[in-house]
Amino acid sequence: MNFSVKALSKGGGRAGVLQVGGCSLETPALLLSTRKGLPAFISPDLLSTLPTPDSRLLQFSPLHFLEGISLKAVSEMGGLHQMLGLKEHVFVANPADPILSVPDYQSSNKIGASFETPSGRFLIKPGQYMEMISSMRPDIWVTLADEVPAWVSDKRNRVSIQRTMRWLDDCLALAKANDTGGAVFGSIIGGSKINDRKYCAQEVSRRNVEGFNIVGFGLGESMDERPTLLRAVTESLPEDKPRQISGLGLPEEVLQGVAAGVDLFNSTYIYHLTIGGFALTFPSEEIERHVSVDQLNDTIRDDGTKINLKATIYRKDTSRILEGCKCYTCQNHTKAYINHLFNVHEMLAQILLEIHNTYHYLGFFRKIRDTIREGTFEEFRQKFVESRREHAAPAAADNTDTDSAADNADTAALCA
Amino acid sequence: MALRFEILGKFNRARAARLTLPHFVCQTPLFMPVGTQGTIKGLTTSQLEDIGCQIILGNTYHLALRPTSVLIDELGGLHKFMNWPRGLLTDSGGFQMVSLLHLADITEQGVTFQSPVDGKPMLLTPEESIQIQNRIGADIIMALDDVVRTTITGPRIEEAMYRTLRWIDRCIAAHERPHDQNLFGIVQGGLDPVLRDICVKGLVDRKLPGYAIGGLAGGEDKDSFWRVVAQCTAALPEDKPRYVMGVGYPLDIVVCSALGADMYDCVYPTRTARFGTALVPEGVLKLKHQAMSDDTQPIDPTCECMVCKNYSRAYIHCLVTKDAMGSQLLSYHNLFYMLKLSRDLHSSIVNGQFPEFVCNFLQKMFPKGDVPQWVCNAMEVAGIDITSCCSPFPLSLIDSQAATVKFSRKNSIKMVHTKD
Ligand SMILES: [Zn+2]
Ligand SMILES: [Zn+2]
Repeated sequence: MNFSVKALSKGGGRAGVLQVGGCSLETPALLLSTRKGLPAFISPDLLSTLPTPDSRLLQFSPLHFLEGISLKAVSEMGGLHQMLGLKEHVFVANPADPILSVPDYQSSNKIGASFETPSGRFLIKPGQYMEMISSMRPDIWVTLADEVPAWVSDKRNRVSIQRTMRWLDDCLALAKANDTGGAVFGSIIGGSKINDRKYCAQEVSRRNVEGFNIVGFGLGESMDERPTLLRAVTESLPEDKPRQISGLGLPEEVLQGVAAGVDLFNSTYIYHLTIGGFALTFPSEEIERHVSVDQLNDTIRDDGTKINLKATIYRKDTSRILEGCKCYTCQNHTKAYINHLFNVHEMLAQILLEIHNTYHYLGFFRKIRDTIREGTFEEFRQKFVESRREHAAPAAADNTDTDSAADNADTAALCA
Repeated sequence: MALRFEILGKFNRARAARLTLPHFVCQTPLFMPVGTQGTIKGLTTSQLEDIGCQIILGNTYHLALRPTSVLIDELGGLHKFMNWPRGLLTDSGGFQMVSLLHLADITEQGVTFQSPVDGKPMLLTPEESIQIQNRIGADIIMALDDVVRTTITGPRIEEAMYRTLRWIDRCIAAHERPHDQNLFGIVQGGLDPVLRDICVKGLVDRKLPGYAIGGLAGGEDKDSFWRVVAQCTAALPEDKPRYVMGVGYPLDIVVCSALGADMYDCVYPTRTARFGTALVPEGVLKLKHQAMSDDTQPIDPTCECMVCKNYSRAYIHCLVTKDAMGSQLLSYHNLFYMLKLSRDLHSSIVNGQFPEFVCNFLQKMFPKGDVPQWVCNAMEVAGIDITSCCSPFPLSLIDSQAATVKFSRKNSIKMVHTKD
């Protein structure tokens, strides 16, 4: 793996290039969240309709495979790339996943981290975790962390740092002893304590890691205190290594993370949108060029970033989710059809929506990279946040079902 | 009439044809996946095109409830609504009502039922069924028939058959789009050859664009099943497509094609996929089975589909029944299997290798030569010599074993020969 920063924006955001697994990827980038290595609803043939190489980064949790398949079988097949028939893709292993493998700090103890999964609760020790990594052979893997929410006591917060550091050393030692491949991203925690965050970031930087995994955000800290906390972390980290974050998913949160110098984000937000019937519709650069002002105003209904396709107003709407969008869904289907699919609980609804939302969010990241390179990121960020606020106000006043449901999806994404 | 049916090749009773519909030029024999509510569960229309799907079946009853035929019509018809450029067929809605709604009752007027929306009594007449199907706009629409279970006996069968004949005239009279939609009549008459004969003759007199053999695949024994198919296909006109409704299993499709049928539909491939079962040449493979968890082979090593080219049984095993992707991938494979079977039937007939194809098919499914007696009987009538794939031992003896679950070799493929 190789990483280099190519451009810096005045606010602290950076555009870089990450070379990994034969791919050259521009950052800031979106890691597509997966269930067992594939996006929740996008099969591999449809995955290829998404822009490449932007859609090549896939995040999975090794814990997804605790049941149903033996590590021996995964290993025999040659690891995840072979098992999933996605040899060109880049796999990033992260034990925590807010949907299928949720960290459970109350059950974690000094010997391992605990996770809540659909097959029950599991306590994962560094040794076990490293066995999974060795069999699955991801391109990048993050170290085990004792993730705690913002509201735990100072004492518990410090315990979590001790554990996380010890597990980091254990993981590194095991990786070295067993010659486990893949780039290591050290996990950084510290809750909402600035000094703890700094300390942890500095300690992890001293280890032999190729990048960083910032953990514990989106867990109760306020939107306002977050920038300071994020900066406390990123300013303690070397410039030349990539930084990944878990827990920040909403567009505003991504912009916040980018501004603080984070390079990699995950797409859990898209999953929540898709399940809730929401389609992202905020204008991206590509679309602005092709669409008249009228059409734009039209799409900026609701809260300005998304619409709920379950709403009855789309029953007869034969327009595309977003005029000008080049995704498979918008090229082939109407709002009316997707509305029908949701009404009758057909799986194709989620398939089509996940494709559009992923396509659209990848476009949002492309736009972020462009503005950093052009030196306009700060303006873009401010404009985006302001227009979102403007639309949020009348939307709240309307208080339609769609809007409150839209807010729920964001809340769900925030809480997850 | 809005179709052309040209026979390209024959082997005794079996035929391979080009069926030209308003939206697509199809090759028969063909299997039609069931897309009940304007979608085939878990597949996009472009995936369906990729795997060679020619006609999708839509259920009138479901579509009339949601999004309603009026809305479909307003938005330009079902083809446009679901963005499916190829063939579509809709059923009459009657069968779904009788089978899904407890309080459905059939009178001379039509099918009366309780509305699932507000519980009020409703009536679906032959005229209304056709009107709804005219609005949906499929290439092939089905006449409303009086459906009775094949396992029922007595005067009800006769009543239903005669009523079906009376209703066909009401359907023909109500049909407003005969130049872009083809109305198929449905042969009823239970398992009674005399009644079936009267019904076939009555329908053939009406000179319809195509004919369906209805009232089968409802739990009758296999010998009765194929005899009805054989009788109807023999009596139906040579130059019109013949559709066996609700069939079925790969073996049934091979047998019916040998007997001269052309079209089939069944929810089985996609439904069974959702329960974790894959169709393979040997029978079926239960991906939920524990033995699959470390099986690194593809579902079917001979299958060319996207799923078999990429995934192991072990990976599918850890998806099935837990993740949506499990049923997406298995449905894809199962439909690919059925559509490939259709293509193979077509090309083997055209190439004059139909008996070889049938023997090959039976050999894989019954490697011990324990081909069920009903298949042997049907093949004799079809004029296909299958002695090369039948064991020389008394079949009745082996037949009882064939019905039980077998485990083959180390990979423990669980084969359950469909015997119902
Ligand atoms: Zn789109
Ligand atoms: Zn296959």
